[in-house]
Amino acid sequence: MTDTARMSRVLSNLQLSRDFFLMRVAEPNEAKMGQFYMLRSWGMYPLLSRPLSVYDADPETLTFLYKVVGQGTKLFSGLRAGDSVATGRALGNTFPVVTGRVALVGGGVGIAPLYLTAKTLKKMDASTRLDLYLGFSDEAVLCGEFEKVGDRVVTDVGGFITDRISPEDYDWVLTCGPEAMMRALYGKCEKAGTKLYVSMERRMACGFGVCLACGCDTSRGRKKVCVDGPVFPAEEVFI
Amino acid sequence: MRGGAVDLSVDFAGIKMKNPVVLASGTCGFGRELAERFDVEKLGGLASKGLTLKARDGNSGVRIWETPSGIMNSIGLENPGVKGFIEKELDWFGSLNTARIVNLGGHCLDDYLEGVSLLNDLDFDILELNISCPNVKQGGMNFGVKTEVAREVVRRVRGVCRHRLSVKLSPNAEDIVELARACEEEGADGLSLTNTFLAMAVDIYRRRPVFENTYAGLSGPAIKPISLRMVHQVARGVSIPVMGIGGISTWQDAVEFIMAGATAVQIGTATFIKPDVALDVIEGTAAFMKEERIESLEEIRGSI
Ligand SMILES: Cc1cc2nc3c(=O)[nH]c(=O)nc-3n(C[C@H](O)[C@H](O)[C@H](O)COP(=O)(O)OP(=O)(O)OC[C@H]3O[C@@H](n4cnc5c(N)ncnc54)[C@H](O)[C@@H]3O)c2cc1C
Ligand SMILES: Cc1cc2nc3c(=O)[nH]c(=O)nc-3n(C[C@H](O)[C@H](O)[C@H](O)COP(=O)(O)O)c2cc1C
Ligand code: FES
Repeated sequence: MTDTARMSRVLSNLQLSRDFFLMRVAEPNEAKMGQFYMLRSWGMYPLLSRPLSVYDADPETLTFLYKVVGQGTKLFSGLRAGDSVATGRALGNTFPVVTGRVALVGGGVGIAPLYLTAKTLKKMDASTRLDLYLGFSDEAVLCGEFEKVGDRVVTDVGGFITDRISPEDYDWVLTCGPEAMMRALYGKCEKAGTKLYVSMERRMACGFGVCLACGCDTSRGRKKVCVDGPVFPAEEVFI
Repeated sequence: MRGGAVDLSVDFAGIKMKNPVVLASGTCGFGRELAERFDVEKLGGLASKGLTLKARDGNSGVRIWETPSGIMNSIGLENPGVKGFIEKELDWFGSLNTARIVNLGGHCLDDYLEGVSLLNDLDFDILELNISCPNVKQGGMNFGVKTEVAREVVRRVRGVCRHRLSVKLSPNAEDIVELARACEEEGADGLSLTNTFLAMAVDIYRRRPVFENTYAGLSGPAIKPISLRMVHQVARGVSIPVMGIGGISTWQDAVEFIMAGATAVQIGTATFIKPDVALDVIEGTAAFMKEERIESLEEIRGSI
């Protein structure tokens, strides 16, 4: 059934740590910061495709950072250069274009969408001060890469990355990570009066708005994370 | 048929359809998102998200859970309500050049009747009465389990409904053939079957059911053989047309349902995986007919 779906060729699939992998595929695209793809590298089963954020993109290639957690991501981890993966098209909204003093805060594999975001924001306005806060549970990955796109990279292994940031130093904070982490960050940002955008995660079946699996309650009513999100102003979702 | 053309068109209860492939309720919204990806007017028909009289936010908690070769869902009929549909969706949905099927669910008889009267004067082709959603409490399901309860609902709805009426049956019916016959006797013009199967999953670490409602509806390839058997039994037991539903993901699946007696088929879960899978099913069926020298689907319908 998926034979006619759009297939992309795997260029590389590197193991970065025990369970983090970085996969680059050849795929013409216009993917933007914060967007995701529904990927599959198998035929019929497992049935559903898996949502992965765009870690990096240029017009010809896409890169995904993923953590092996279950059968789908395990299958991704077995891909080698030359194998195919079905990508489809870029889905969801994007992080907002912000300038001034900006912090990007990632928890675990939630750091994935922040790389392209940092790169994009810097490209749009070189005067933007862009700091990255990356939290890991057991091993830090890609810090060198993030240093190339941010002015400062703060990492934390095993603690709470939210303890390391003072939101009053920033005009904008953008985040992706476990919901509890993002909520804690919202608490701090609210106190400091700093605007926070969060990238939400929900189980998804379709990824393009028809199944309603990814419902998220917001101050503007029930929204679909896959098309109305994944990025939301924090005050809309943490009510 | 080299030289000759194949005719994919079917007649479902007097509604002429270009081909037998319809998108199932709750798996294609109102067609807008899919229209951005392919020409939805190539479809035989499109069944709207299940409407209820009042708008619903649906269920909270986990809404989707994967199983080997299927998914369980507990969406809970999230929908804009009949009035919301009329205000926001009808202009678009009603203008589609394909069989327009409006799916209506409900929690009580009065809601069904009021919903039907609000929809009565609108321009669409078939009202699909969902008496089988497993995901709403207050008995949405019960309407589709016991023959006499289903009979009563269909009789009352038939009394007010001015559209072609297709009743969407639950595979959880106590006796699906008997229940189907009751629908026919009460004036249903067609039947759609099946809806999802009542199912369950347990989160063993939290020692709780995965779903807040404990049970959820199973769909996808996992249910196909059972739905197929039910379609076969029902199609032989009634004389009104049947839309076969359940796990259809390929043209071969569709042809199986037609051979088992279905006049048309609906595709649900498979659309999530490949948005335009219905076009593959249409093209594959046409190629099969050509190869097998079948001029019209009537030649193979109910042939087994
Ligand atoms: C918008 C979005 C972007 C994401 N971006 C990334 C990313 O860049 N890198 C990354 O490693 N992960 C990302 N995730 C999470 C990733 O989708 C899941 O880890 C992955 O689907 C797990 O699949 P599995 O088969 O390995 O796990 P299993 O547990 O076997 O999966 C079973 C089912 O549950 C779903 N599921 C399981 N965990 C999650 C989860 N955390 N979120 C959503 N669905 C889940 C799966 O899609 C599948 O349908 C993202 C999720 C969303 C919603
Ligand atoms: C996410 C989801 C939502 C659904 N919503 C509805 C609905 O609103 N009304 C309805 O009659 N059936 C609904 N169904 C059932 C489908 O229309 C179909 O009967 C069922 O999924 C079996 O077909 P499939 O195996 O091809 O998916 C839903 C199914 C799914 C998976
Ligand atoms: S994942 Fe299907 S609507 Fe969002």
